[in-house]
Amino acid sequence: MYIYDEYDHSILRQRIAQFRGQTERFLAGELPPEQFLPLRLQNGLYVQRLAPMLRINVPYGMVNSAQLRKLAHIARHYDKGYCHVTTRQNIQYNWPDLTEVPDILAELAEVGMHGTQSSGNCIRNTTSDQFAGVAPDEIIDPRPYCEIIRQWSSFHPEFAFLPRKFKIAVTGSTQDRAAVQVHDIGLQVVFNDKGEVGFKVYVGGGLGRTPVIGVAIREFLPEEDLLSYLEAILRVYNLFGRRDNKYKARIKILVRALTPEVFAQKVEDEWQHLKDGYNKLTQSEIERAKGFFTAPAYETIDNAAAQASLDKQAADSVAFGKWLQRNVRQHKISGYASVTLSLKPTGVAPGDITDAQLEVIANLADKFSFGEARTTHEQNIVLADVKKTELFALWQECKTAGFATPNIGTITDIICCPGGDFCSLANAKSIPIAEAIQRQFEDLDYVYDLGDIDLNISGCMNACGHHHVGHIGILGVDKSGKEFYQVQLGGSASNDASLGDVLGPSFGADDMPAVIQKIVDVFVANRTAEELFIDTYRRIGAAPFKEKVYAKAN
Amino acid sequence: MPKLIKDGLIVDNTWTLIAKAEGDAAAVEVPAGQVLIPVAVWIAQKAQLQNRTDIGVWLDSDEGAESIGTDANRFAVIGVNFPLFMDGRAFSTARLLRERFGFTGELRALGNFMRDQLCYLRRCGVNAFAFANPEANLDEAVKSLTDLQEYYQASVDQPLPLFRRRA
Repeated sequence: MYIYDEYDHSILRQRIAQFRGQTERFLAGELPPEQFLPLRLQNGLYVQRLAPMLRINVPYGMVNSAQLRKLAHIARHYDKGYCHVTTRQNIQYNWPDLTEVPDILAELAEVGMHGTQSSGNCIRNTTSDQFAGVAPDEIIDPRPYCEIIRQWSSFHPEFAFLPRKFKIAVTGSTQDRAAVQVHDIGLQVVFNDKGEVGFKVYVGGGLGRTPVIGVAIREFLPEEDLLSYLEAILRVYNLFGRRDNKYKARIKILVRALTPEVFAQKVEDEWQHLKDGYNKLTQSEIERAKGFFTAPAYETIDNAAAQASLDKQAADSVAFGKWLQRNVRQHKISGYASVTLSLKPTGVAPGDITDAQLEVIANLADKFSFGEARTTHEQNIVLADVKKTELFALWQECKTAGFATPNIGTITDIICCPGGDFCSLANAKSIPIAEAIQRQFEDLDYVYDLGDIDLNISGCMNACGHHHVGHIGILGVDKSGKEFYQVQLGGSASNDASLGDVLGPSFGADDMPAVIQKIVDVFVANRTAEELFIDTYRRIGAAPFKEKVYAKAN
Repeated sequence: MPKLIKDGLIVDNTWTLIAKAEGDAAAVEVPAGQVLIPVAVWIAQKAQLQNRTDIGVWLDSDEGAESIGTDANRFAVIGVNFPLFMDGRAFSTARLLRERFGFTGELRALGNFMRDQLCYLRRCGVNAFAFANPEANLDEAVKSLTDLQEYYQASVDQPLPLFRRRA
């Protein structure tokens, strides 16, 4: 993974000194709260319902064991012994003390971590595929480009006061696991017919109040033009995005207002001035970035023997077999596998992780996966490079530590925002709903039989829980001071990205497990042998679901 | 005499800012002496004003650099206004004036920008800072010009991105 050099460290140290001074001025009453607000946000610090919340970037999800140990240390010494993996691959602390935040940031900087631009109206952490570099369906590893974007976007002087927040995601695989079509800019690394590397550029996607699937404004952008083209998009947005209404300020509104064609033309015109400037990437810079993401020292493994041994272990232990089936994924290198550690056991807020667990993951990463781990936007943790011969040993350690819940991709692997328990924006709680649904679906064999189902919960229309793109999406709403939940069906964040349809009137919290059960029952009654939930829904439409869920009791 | 920050020093502000007026820009009376006039007044009265060397113009946040365009170097001073500090259009406008239209004179931030934006503004080519707030502490504010001294990106103050300079 990328390792900071003296330039990166000195840039980060300047930033920490700057924010320390700003915090001191704020605490001394010299910096008005309204001016401190964007400054603290751009260093990751929110003021939440109960306490400040500090969001730390995990660039495109890559984290090493030293960083995990530092995150554990921060959780233990500055917080209440846990933190939270977000739907944008970041880490959040819910209970830091404002006066200690500069110290936390200084500690994190020692391991090259920070909260820079993790919030505020600026370019946020670039996200990517948690299986980047190891996925069998990968065309090109997106991480070197993510890192190039990270550097370009960090402390960009022109784009720190944009109309609204700005999110970029990059994928390099056939199967999009980074949800690029629901980002302000989505980049898909591709080859053109001459075998040259470039990007398909999507713009104007996003969730929130007005969910929109992005549109492709360029089929092939040569790799060396990446930064100049991004700069052109951002400049057009900065100059022309709406600033009169924060709910209409995202780039998706501008793209729609201008039409994608006119927007693309404006970007093209701007880019003509920029494309041959110093921002044009050099081959040596691309190679330098790639040099941080080379293959680790994979061993030659007898895959057939390893597989035979796994099959036997799975036959002997049903539980191990289930874990292999759900939490272990094929690797591009024969004899290796990628493992997802589930942060979704029933009864734990989805994505929450304790200080001790972070240290366990650090140790597991060192022992089994070249010292690296990845956070996922589904709020789990991946060990990407595990020898098949060591899967059984890893599973046993995961069981002890509480990461072995074999539910990845199932209905209980719920994406969930912190909701009304923590977030001051939320209209409703989301964590208790996730738990109630997990309890409703406790029978693992039944859950496996249902196959892949993305169930996403947001506590308000800001959609941090990505409810619009869940196969089943749940949105918390407030009705005259009481919490209700609206259900949407048919969303997808994948290549066939789509936004869910609202099923109908919302439900009380207590009704939710039964409502989800009825929806699943309709799927089970109607599916063909090959179909997943989303396929059945697309084939039969919303009507049978509505009928069942809203049927009058007789 | 009001003060401003220019090129890192605190100096007298010798230019009078002419506010935008309601109505016809052609009818606005432009006084004698060093005046910063709204760009609309410049456009409307270019014929009369073009021989004056004591005219500067200023752009509001919704007025693009192209409204001055290649006229830029006629002016000793161009202002870019911040109606609110959260309105970041001036960052782009400043870069366009410097990088696209080649403006070499004084590029002055006006209005409600804040001290903590000085470093990024400087990077975008702004070299003078006239706070709307007369209480602003310029001795303190000037320190923020150099909050950051190494950067990744290309910008006006450092046209080479770090990747072209990295040892």
